[in-house]
Amino acid sequence: MAEQDPIEVRMSERDGAIVVHPDGEIGYHEAPTLRNKLKVAFDRSPRKVVADLANVDYMSTPGLATLVEALQISKRTKVPLVICGLNERVLAIFEIAKLQTVFTIVGGVDEAVRG
Amino acid sequence: MTGQSDVLAEVSLGGRQPDLRLELVSNPVYLCGARELVAQISRRLGFDEHASSQIALALDEALANVIRHGYESREDGRIWVSFFPLAGQNASAAGIEIVVEDEARQVDPLKIKGRDLEDIRPGGLGVHIIREVMDEVRYEKRGERGMRLTMIKRHTPGAGNG
Repeated sequence: MAEQDPIEVRMSERDGAIVVHPDGEIGYHEAPTLRNKLKVAFDRSPRKVVADLANVDYMSTPGLATLVEALQISKRTKVPLVICGLNERVLAIFEIAKLQTVFTIVGGVDEAVRG
Repeated sequence: MTGQSDVLAEVSLGGRQPDLRLELVSNPVYLCGARELVAQISRRLGFDEHASSQIALALDEALANVIRHGYESREDGRIWVSFFPLAGQNASAAGIEIVVEDEARQVDPLKIKGRDLEDIRPGGLGVHIIREVMDEVRYEKRGERGMRLTMIKRHTPGAGNG
């Protein structure tokens, strides 16, 4: 029996950007699912990849590491990566890891897709 | 029946009896349950939402490190998590001590350190996060096999319970 993904990660397309919407907690167990979806998004060579974290209520360092990997793909492929929708709890871990200035972080999906 | 692993765990805690002890296998599917449990306990011990989240994050990072680096992603290793409320005044806890023990690969405690944050790359952040959010963090070898991580979080005097 195929193992079910530990979290749902929906993908949508808006104005040439691919928006990745993980839903739930992103720890060691869940991060590989997000990693796979982000890779699929970059593989499609969109104008931009947006990670919408509005429905992520918890993230630990495997989630951060996944986003750092995505940033490396972004730099290599010249497809911008924008992160949006961070709640205070998730933003806190970016700040503890001093990664909040490394990523392009904006408020919501509309702002992330624009530009 | 008490197995050899249980005896080892009791000896390594110096005979202290924790208020609560969780035993789990090194399967990441159980991490969400462990962090929910510690967040709830922390709230009951008087920590506010922010501090309880930090304590849960520290335990999550600690367990993930044991699974990934200690057991090298094997899912059949044993992990014990022991909880000790720190004695405070008027029957209220002054904080919490959490001890994470395993039977995994031993490493020199002096070599366990978070990576340089200037080096932007995936991985190696867990130890940094644990040291950042907890008040005391101590790694040591646990007898002939396994490691023990002791983490303490105290209530902050004069700053509520965060």
